[in-house]
Amino acid sequence: MAATNIETWQSATVEQVVPVADGIARIVLIPSLPLKAEPGSHVDLMVEINGEQAKRSYSVVESNHDGTRLVISVMKAPLSRGGSIFMHSLVPGQRLEITQPLQNFPLRVGARRYILLAGGIGITAIANMAAVLKRLKADYTLVYVGRSRGAMAYLAELSDLHGERLEVHVDDEGSSLSVPALVGRADADTELYMCGPIRLMDAVRRTWVERELDLPNLRYETFGNSGWYDPEEFIVRVPKLNLEVTVPQGRSMLEALEDAGAEMMFDCRKGECGLCEVRITELSGAIDHRDVFYSERQQRQGTKMNCCVSRAVTSPTGSRTDAGAGPAVITIEPN
Amino acid sequence: MTVVATTSSTTNKVLPHPLNAWYVAGWDHEVTRKPMSRRIANRPVALYRTEDGRAVALADACWHRLAPLSMGKTMEKDTIQCPYHGIIYNSAGRCVSMPAQETINPSATVPSFPVVERYRYVWIWMGDPTLADPDLVPDMHQMTSDEWAGDGLTIHAACNFQLVLDNLMDLTHEEFVHSSTIGQEELSESDFVTVREGNKVTVTRWMHNIDAPPFWLKNMRDKFPGFEGKVDRWQIINFEAPSTISIDVGVAKAGTGAPEGDRSQGVNGFVMNTITPETDRSSHYFWAFMRNYCLDSQLITTQLRDGVHGVFGEDEEMLMAQQAAIDANPDYEFYNLNIDSGGMWVRRILEAMLAAEGRLAASA
Ligand SMILES: Cc1cc2nc3c(=O)[nH]c(=O)nc-3n(C[C@H](O)[C@H](O)[C@H](O)COP(=O)(O)OP(=O)(O)OC[C@H]3O[C@@H](n4cnc5c(N)ncnc54)[C@H](O)[C@@H]3O)c2cc1C
Ligand code: FES
Ligand code: FES
Ligand SMILES: [Fe+2]
Repeated sequence: MAATNIETWQSATVEQVVPVADGIARIVLIPSLPLKAEPGSHVDLMVEINGEQAKRSYSVVESNHDGTRLVISVMKAPLSRGGSIFMHSLVPGQRLEITQPLQNFPLRVGARRYILLAGGIGITAIANMAAVLKRLKADYTLVYVGRSRGAMAYLAELSDLHGERLEVHVDDEGSSLSVPALVGRADADTELYMCGPIRLMDAVRRTWVERELDLPNLRYETFGNSGWYDPEEFIVRVPKLNLEVTVPQGRSMLEALEDAGAEMMFDCRKGECGLCEVRITELSGAIDHRDVFYSERQQRQGTKMNCCVSRAVTSPTGSRTDAGAGPAVITIEPN
Repeated sequence: MTVVATTSSTTNKVLPHPLNAWYVAGWDHEVTRKPMSRRIANRPVALYRTEDGRAVALADACWHRLAPLSMGKTMEKDTIQCPYHGIIYNSAGRCVSMPAQETINPSATVPSFPVVERYRYVWIWMGDPTLADPDLVPDMHQMTSDEWAGDGLTIHAACNFQLVLDNLMDLTHEEFVHSSTIGQEELSESDFVTVREGNKVTVTRWMHNIDAPPFWLKNMRDKFPGFEGKVDRWQIINFEAPSTISIDVGVAKAGTGAPEGDRSQGVNGFVMNTITPETDRSSHYFWAFMRNYCLDSQLITTQLRDGVHGVFGEDEEMLMAQQAAIDANPDYEFYNLNIDSGGMWVRRILEAMLAAEGRLAASA
């Protein structure tokens, strides 16, 4: 219900910025209109990129009882437009425009069993949930996966708090997560909450469906910017508008089209609602579907895409080794 | 000039209600497979039962376009379908089907409120669900005990819930509001004792060797046919936060030891009251009258329910008039008297709960 998420913009003061892992900064904010942060909530805030304001979202990792102190953690995004770089440049005393905590990823109290799955920076959305489940003495397992220990924020704190309930998988230590084994531990009374790279979440979702578990018990949040492939520069043609636009690596197709003056329809801008859908009439290359709106069947059809997150890549098979000589070219009809 | 800071808002005329507490959402028999809507603590709530009989409370506004789910229909297992574009939610408030697309939007949820069914009521927790401990449901065990029989009704009271609590915590009003049934002048003349303990307040009043008012004379004669004579009468008002008041009431043949604990020569009732804020200026007032004699008589159950219904109608009228006068006189404050001590402790307790929720400032 959207009504609980009406944004109240306010100023917040930066109290502290400290590194908590390779490329990840922990940022403590003091909002001027404090409100308690529920587990799973995030704040929207305005970053400055090349002198222009842009909105970014960050999960509330922890907050005190009355919300007078909110902690977020920001990963410096590779190939970033600059939002996360701005966040890393913050210094104590600086002011930011932020919203109150917003909720799109609520934790339901009262499930028989919980599995929490965090991939990389996705731990920010999961950490507070784990803390609440611990306080409620719920039956939960916190599974935290990452590329290397150094890049995994809050490992020590989480291990202290959750002890045996924390399960860590680290790629470069050879202890990568087996998704089938993880989902195999879920039964009809288990709710699984996850936040992480889209590949991980897709794999979990596929296994979840294969095992015929109830889909509503699989909860996830997308940070709206990870795909199966690294972003590439590509070209989009819109005959109807007589446009040919280059979409650079660090910009979405929706933004590039908007920059070129096309009036586009959109709402969520993170691949959930399907409002930014465009029809694909011609394609050289492949589509990197980064949305969660289409079913796998619809994604395979490849006749439409959600241009706020999805991109074109050169590899016709999607495999990186097949990447052709760039750039991919896509012809679309906007809505 | 010295400005004296007022730290207490104990006599706020329109008190906000704590959210981290159990309130009655409805009688158990009101919640059925056909969804119903009820506004509770300012929020519209859809109430229904699952196929296996479990009560469910969801926010009564669809995630999509806010159509009231209570106008929809219950579907298989624990689900309910929005009447507008057909989104189906389960009892956790999660979308299980979006008719117009092949996937389910991850944020498609409506708030689901914790519920507990106990003492013939469905209780709901409108605040932080992580604090919703069923052990905090106020004690109303007489409602389902073999030793007590009775029934009740719901009053829709057009006033702030605190005004109902004030009304029940000070029964001297009976002499004036209920003069034809339970009122008598000894009420305001007799002494009373107020005791506060944690989240509970008790006000005890004994009236010795008095004439039984009409309501109590009838009850005595139900148990002791042909009874005549003086009685000892008691009223022991038990408040439990946030808004449950069970009043131990009765009379016994005068001098037979009731004040000392032997109530065998008397009749005993419990007036069970629990008030759910609807808005800041209206309340759902659930009550029942339970008795411990003539347990098998449905006739007496019905007579008592109808009789008390008439008595409470007099309160309802007064409360509505009082709220209207409060709103019409915004510059006038309350004055507090010695007889208000029970109600004042209730206000203190509620204020502490509001402060703990960081909502005391909201009171004005
Ligand atoms: C609800 C929510 C919670 C979030 N919580 C956190 C959090 O706790 N911590 C955190 O670090 N981040 C979080 N994010 C992500 C965050 O909002 C930013 O997206 C992130 O910081 C990157 O912003 P940026 O401007 O630096 O980089 P961006 O320019 O947004 O780039 C980030 C990555 O996405 C690719 N990319 C860039 N633009 C697009 C595009 N439009 N379409 C597709 N791919 C693109 C880039 O190549 C790069 O790999 C959250 C996002 C959401 C929606
Ligand atoms: S704007 Fe919602 S999916 Fe693109
Ligand atoms: S308003 Fe409920 S489905 Fe559209
Ligand atoms: Fe009364």
